Amino acid sequence: MTTTDDTIFREICGLVARFAPAGVQLRPETELASDLNVDSVAAMDLVMEIEDKYEIDIPINQLADMRSLGDLVELVRQQLKDR
Amino acid sequence: MDIFDKYAQIAGRHDKVLELGTDPFGVRLDEILSATEARVDGRHTILVGTNNYLGLTFDEGAIEAAVEAVRTQGTGTTGSRIANGTYALHRQLEEEFAQFLGRRSCMVFTTGYQANLGMIVGLAGPRDVIYLDADSHASIYDGCRLSGAKVVRFRHNDPEDLDRRLARQQEGEAALVIVEGLYSMLGDVAPIAEFAEVKKKHGAWLMVDEAHSFGVFGERGRGVAEAQGVEEDVDFVVGTFSKSLGGIGGFGASSHPRFDVLRYCSRPYMFTASPNPASIASVRAALARIDCEPGLRGQIWANARQLHEGLAGLGFDLCSPMSPVIAVKMPDEGTAVWAWNRLLELGVYVNLAVPPGTPNGVCLLRCSVSAAHRSQQIEEVLGRFGQLAQELAAARA
Ligand SMILES: Cc1ncc(COP(=O)(O)O)c(C=O)c1O
Repeated sequence: MTTTDDTIFREICGLVARFAPAGVQLRPETELASDLNVDSVAAMDLVMEIEDKYEIDIPINQLADMRSLGDLVELVRQQLKDR
Repeated sequence: MDIFDKYAQIAGRHDKVLELGTDPFGVRLDEILSATEARVDGRHTILVGTNNYLGLTFDEGAIEAAVEAVRTQGTGTTGSRIANGTYALHRQLEEEFAQFLGRRSCMVFTTGYQANLGMIVGLAGPRDVIYLDADSHASIYDGCRLSGAKVVRFRHNDPEDLDRRLARQQEGEAALVIVEGLYSMLGDVAPIAEFAEVKKKHGAWLMVDEAHSFGVFGERGRGVAEAQGVEEDVDFVVGTFSKSLGGIGGFGASSHPRFDVLRYCSRPYMFTASPNPASIASVRAALARIDCEPGLRGQIWANARQLHEGLAGLGFDLCSPMSPVIAVKMPDEGTAVWAWNRLLELGVYVNLAVPPGTPNGVCLLRCSVSAAHRSQQIEEVLGRFGQLAQELAAARA
């Protein structure tokens, strides 16, 4: 991960921390659904929060493959780059 | 691996619901007694969850027209609109709809679901962007997916969020904004006038699905855009025959001069059999009645008021201001399922709505009124909701 990725990762960890069950460490490979119990409704809200924070739009077409925190960071990075 | 393994979790949840009583997704109406009553499990049941907004499913004129059509034109068309499935009837209905809506052209689809698929797939392609309200109906989401367009979701009924997102749009993409008129789950209405301002500011196109609002809102019954005086700014209007019109089928309409290109470019229009003659004939009769009898709308609003005020008076938590869709919020899924079963036992059918079919994870008893409800029936329904309220309170205590 580059420094900016690292920053994005840390910022996103801040946003998902409220989902994390006690004792679960947030890592890039942490899965949103299985490790953090983020269901589809919560994931929608989370993505909207992230979109607001970075002033980007993450098309829902790209969410289908999103599993882990690392995937989410990559989506944000991609959108920031395309901007 | 069993091919059904992927459903294990949702099937488990469904099994839990079954433990509490009747299958809410498998209710069988054994005898249809009228537009507002049926026999369910041997019980006379008042239907308060049908989308039969104007009560036209037993309209004499519509029934006669359907019977006449089936006798003279047969049970089905056995073909698609682009082959042998376009009868004079389909064309007549399209012309009548175009005229009623004040649009240059109208296309008839086989269901409302397919109308959304056909319109969205026809209008937006892989080089376009669709901006859709987060609370949109499944048929809109499915149409978006099928279109291959880039799909951006904005916050429900939030023109400012749409504005911010459209401002970020990249050059060279056409933008289609999709909203509904009346939202079917919570019964809330879209601020179409404000959405129209935003779409004009950014040069986007606006499509409105008036599935639940057609025949119900507006002076002439054309929907929420009419009620808000902004039909001119709505580029494409979609609707269904399965609610206020009491039939089956759907439509899409526009005044865009090139709209009819969709007749040979939109696959959900082209590759399915056209609606059968009886459906089309009954819808023509129902549309004619909506056109010439505004009193029907007066009745549904009076009924909506009676039920909304009554439920609020009983202390239920209602999701939206008064409309023909009245959603009663329940604290959790277990309570919602229990209450839904209890109402059914008491002879009242409402819709049970739970996540992910509902916005924000809410659990609802969704009621919809019909112009065909008699005031006394609504009183009875309120009496049974009153009993439910007492039982819920006793269970909490
Ligand atoms: C908003 C909306 N659009 C489209 C449809 C699909 O209509 P139909 O059931 O007639 O296919 C529905 C309802 O089912 C709906 O609620």
